[in-house]
Amino acid sequence: MTSTRLARVAPPVATFVVGVALAELVIRALDVSPLILPRPSAVLAAAVAESSALLPALGATARAVLGGLALASTLGIAAAVALAASPWIQRAFYPYAIFFQIVPIVAIAPLLVIWFGYGPRAVVAAAFVVSVFPVIANTLAGLLSVDPALRDLFRLHGASAPATLWKLRLPWALPYLLTGLRIAAGLAVIGAIVGEFVGGGGLGVIVLGAMRQQRTDLVFAAVGYASGLGLALFAAVGLASRLALRHWHVSERER
Amino acid sequence: MSRGVALALEDVHRTFHSDVEGEVAALAGIDLAVAAGSFVALLGPSGCGKSTLLRLVAGLDSPERGVVRRSEATGRSDVAMVFQDAHLLPWRDVLANVALPLELLGRPRAEGRGLAAAALGQVGLRDALRRYPAELSGGMRMRVSLARALVTEPRLLLLDEPFAALDELTRMALDDELRRLWREAGLTVLFVTHSIAEAAYLAERVVVLSRRPARVVLDHAVALPAERGPALRAEPAFARELGVLQEALRRGAALA
Repeated sequence: MTSTRLARVAPPVATFVVGVALAELVIRALDVSPLILPRPSAVLAAAVAESSALLPALGATARAVLGGLALASTLGIAAAVALAASPWIQRAFYPYAIFFQIVPIVAIAPLLVIWFGYGPRAVVAAAFVVSVFPVIANTLAGLLSVDPALRDLFRLHGASAPATLWKLRLPWALPYLLTGLRIAAGLAVIGAIVGEFVGGGGLGVIVLGAMRQQRTDLVFAAVGYASGLGLALFAAVGLASRLALRHWHVSERER
Repeated sequence: MSRGVALALEDVHRTFHSDVEGEVAALAGIDLAVAAGSFVALLGPSGCGKSTLLRLVAGLDSPERGVVRRSEATGRSDVAMVFQDAHLLPWRDVLANVALPLELLGRPRAEGRGLAAAALGQVGLRDALRRYPAELSGGMRMRVSLARALVTEPRLLLLDEPFAALDELTRMALDDELRRLWREAGLTVLFVTHSIAEAAYLAERVVVLSRRPARVVLDHAVALPAERGPALRAEPAFARELGVLQEALRRGAALA
C-alpha cells in the first residue's frame, strides 16, 4: 500500500473506529436499554451469531438489487436514447419519466406485489422503480451534450445514425451514465429492502422479524449487512468507471 | 496557368434566428470562386460569419439564397474539415482517431489502420500511435486532427481557425507543416483565420471579409514567393502584405 493510498483510507477508517468506540462507551456509561440502542459489540455479536440467516438473506437481496439495476440500466439507456431522438419526444415523455423520481416507493410497493406476486419479482421491480430515473436523466444529459464539432465531423463523413450512436453519442454519454449508476446503486438497495418489507424475502424480512421480536441488535446487524451491500455496489461502479475512463475522462485521470 | 474551379459561391445569404438579437444576418451576398489546388485564406474579425461560410462549403448547412458549388465533390470523402481546437474522440487512441473517417466511410479496418499510420507519419507523429489525446500537448493534438483530415485524401481541405489556441512557436511550426502538406498533396485549401500574419504567411490569396454580415472587402493575391520559411516573416515584402491586409480589415470594420 502506497503512502498516498494510506492517507486516503486511514481518515475514514479512524473516524469509524473512534465513533464506534465512543458509542460503546456512551451507551455503557448511560446504561441505555438494548431495546432502544444496542451496544456496537452486541450488534457485532448478533451479526456473527445470526450469520446463517443473514448471509442467505444478503444473497437474496443482492440478487434482487443486481436484477433491478440491470433492468434499470438497459431500459434506462434505451429510454434516454429514445428521448434524445427529438425535442418533441422529450417534451412529450420526459415529464412522465420524472414519475419514477417522485413516486413514493413505500406507497407503490404493495401495488408491485399485486402485479408481480409475493417473491423476488416484486422486489426486483421495486429496486428498478427507484433506480431507473438517475440512469435516464444522466444518460440523456450525456447524449444531449455531444460536442457539436464532432457531430459535424460525423455528418461530413456520411456517418449513419446507428454509427453515430455507437461511435460518438453513447461513448460520449458513458461518464454521465456511470455517474447515474453510482446514484442508482444506492437507491436500488433502498428499493429492494422496501420491496422485501411487502413482497417478502431477503434482509427486509429479517429486519421486520427482528423488529417484532424486539431484537434491536439484529435490526442493526441487518442494516449493517444492507449498508455493506450498498457500499460494495458503489465501489464496484466506481471501479468500473475508473477502468472505463482512465485514459480519457478528467474525472478519472491523475488519481 | 489555367486551373479548374474547385469551389464557387454565388450571392450566398445566411441568416440566423436568435432569441436575444432576433434576425442575425451572418452572410449577405458572398461571391467567391476558389481555383483547384490553391490556398485561400478567409480573413475577418471574430464573429463575422467565417465559420458559417465554412459550414456552408462543407455542406453541413445550406444558404437561404444563392448557391454553393463544389465541382470536384463527387463523394463525401472529398471534403475534410479541421476545427478550432482538435476535437478528437478522447476514448480512442491516436491511431483509432485518425482511422475514424475511413471507418465511417466503410473501409476495411486493416486498410484504415494502415492509412491512418501513414497519415500520422506525414505530420510527424509516427511514435505516438498508441497514446490517448489527454496525454498529448495542444500542438500534438492539432497534428492528430490534421492527420485525421488528410487520411481520406480529400480534394478540399477546410480549416476553421485551427491554430488559434496554440502558442506562437507551435503555431508557426504548424503553419510550415500545413504549407508543406498542401504542396505535397496538391489539394485545395480554404483557411479561415482572424490573424493577419497567418493569412499572409500561409495563403496564395487572401479574401478579407467585413464584420457581420460578412461581405468581401478585398480579394488579394499575396505577392510572396512559393518557398516560405521563418525568415520571410522579417522581410519588407511580408510587412507590405500585412499593411495591405490590415488596411482592408479596418475598412471592413468600418462598414455598417
